[in-house]
Amino acid sequence: MAEKLTSEKVAELGRRAKSVRRNIVSMVTAAKSGHPGGSLSAADILVTLYFAVMKVDPNAPADPERDRFVLSKGHAAPVLYATLAEKGFLPQEELVTLRKIDSRLQGHPDMKGIPGVDMSTGSLGQGLSAANGMALAGRLDGRPYRVYALLGDGELEEGQVWEAAMFAAHYKLDNLTAFVDYNGLQIDGPVSEVMSPLPIPEKWRAFGWNVIEIDGHDYNAIYDAVQAAKTVKGQPTMIVARTVKGKGVSGMENIADWHGKAPTQEECNLFLSELCD
Amino acid sequence: MGKATREAYGEALKELGARCRDIVVLDADLSKSTKTNVFGKAYPDRFFNVGIAEQNLMGTAAGLAAAGKIPVVSTFAMFAAGRAFEQVRNSICYPKLNVKIAATHAGLTVGEDGASHQAIEDISLMRTIPNMTVIVPADATETRQALAWAIEYKGPVYLRLGRASVPDVFGDGYEFHHGKAVQLAEGADLTIVATGIMVGPARQAADELIQSGLSARVLNIHTIKPIDREAIAKAATDTGAVVTCEEHSIIGGLGSAVAEALVESHPVPMERVGVMDTFGESGTPDALLAKYNLTVADVVRAAKRVVARKR
Repeated sequence: MAEKLTSEKVAELGRRAKSVRRNIVSMVTAAKSGHPGGSLSAADILVTLYFAVMKVDPNAPADPERDRFVLSKGHAAPVLYATLAEKGFLPQEELVTLRKIDSRLQGHPDMKGIPGVDMSTGSLGQGLSAANGMALAGRLDGRPYRVYALLGDGELEEGQVWEAAMFAAHYKLDNLTAFVDYNGLQIDGPVSEVMSPLPIPEKWRAFGWNVIEIDGHDYNAIYDAVQAAKTVKGQPTMIVARTVKGKGVSGMENIADWHGKAPTQEECNLFLSELCD
Repeated sequence: MGKATREAYGEALKELGARCRDIVVLDADLSKSTKTNVFGKAYPDRFFNVGIAEQNLMGTAAGLAAAGKIPVVSTFAMFAAGRAFEQVRNSICYPKLNVKIAATHAGLTVGEDGASHQAIEDISLMRTIPNMTVIVPADATETRQALAWAIEYKGPVYLRLGRASVPDVFGDGYEFHHGKAVQLAEGADLTIVATGIMVGPARQAADELIQSGLSARVLNIHTIKPIDREAIAKAATDTGAVVTCEEHSIIGGLGSAVAEALVESHPVPMERVGVMDTFGESGTPDALLAKYNLTVADVVRAAKRVVARKR
């Protein structure tokens, strides 16, 4: 039997995800711009990876043996920064400097400035290629680390994603596990209406990937899928995670407008009251 | 006739691969043309064909570099600098990752394939990106040494290579110094600044100008970025006129880089020999160079024009 999350761990992940979500709402509000919707949808995936899966150490952020994470949907930078702060890579107080002049916390992740950010991203479609390169390097160097990447569903409209999809399967990168944050919405509306990338699981299967479909807000499901991916040989794994854009904040859930809009201070206060412990 | 710079690159890459185990070579289905197949045959475990997918070529290289490898990627200049421009900018140069882009088949001398494959904008595109170093070797010897330098250097490098054979400019005693112009002839009346395959014609033009009573200093600028501003200012001060020569658009390449350096230091009359804001076409390399005004005679004419403008 594969290892399972304990109920204590699930409770811890829930607490941490709530804290991450509070920080996402607060930091985007303070920045007066940013992308809360797609940050909130990915929060449970990142928290599970950083607190139950990945071998990373805030005291050794450049350790060549560490697991890697590439946030290909770089506009969800707030969830990455909030998770890194939760993990101890960054001071919590720094989060409110997001997007402000002289801050390390750029609008999209800049690996040069922030310990724990493994790749600079933001221009959509480029992250999976970088993750491929890291996975290939791990194999060449005989290092057992694993590489994780998170893509948006709208991002799948970028052609480079499919170049990278072919590469990972062709070179049998089984040390690579990627997620699609399948929240169904992009800036201009539902992905199915703007430019349908559907059906998503079938596309990845056709490109030679091992595909697992889960509820992207279920910690046990996320964890089990990641563990299952580790046992697959000769194939990269794509975890298609069904999520809710704006998850955890009822006033934001499933509303495309919250893709790239900051709450007012009043809205922020209301949203935070929902995210109390 | 010497070797094409791509030939020298392929051989040098294999030699460097023996010494440096961190070198990983990627190509996009052009390894027979770019000559990375020489490395690929010697080190198949460190050679990866990504297929016809230049965006993923650059992105994968970025990831390899982020994990400590030294990726060297090759495709034609059109696709390296053009097709994958934004991956080069955002995935490689913005994080200043240690990726070496050796782009072959640059300029008009691609020849018969025609304008779709003749990159005459790549120097311009690559030198505008922060953190990027741009090098255009003149011959086989300079190519070998520039590549060796690029492997030692930590950061992105764009190495511009050609398809056609070029005469040897440098002998065995040549030493490549990154960012430093190489003076090939001394002269008092003007300076001819050239890069890549135009270095040979520039030197020949200087020889011919002697018959017209003009002595020309000749500078080979292999490093377009960072450019040797000191050598350019000194040439302007000493000779009072400058001609630039490049197998590239007159917009944004060596001519522009030299003009930028001149106007900020010691402005003097200047003429640019290059492709005049037009696309190329199919033809032999020699026929193309003749039709698009990139011959010794064109350099001589530009030299006489610029000297006439001196007061």
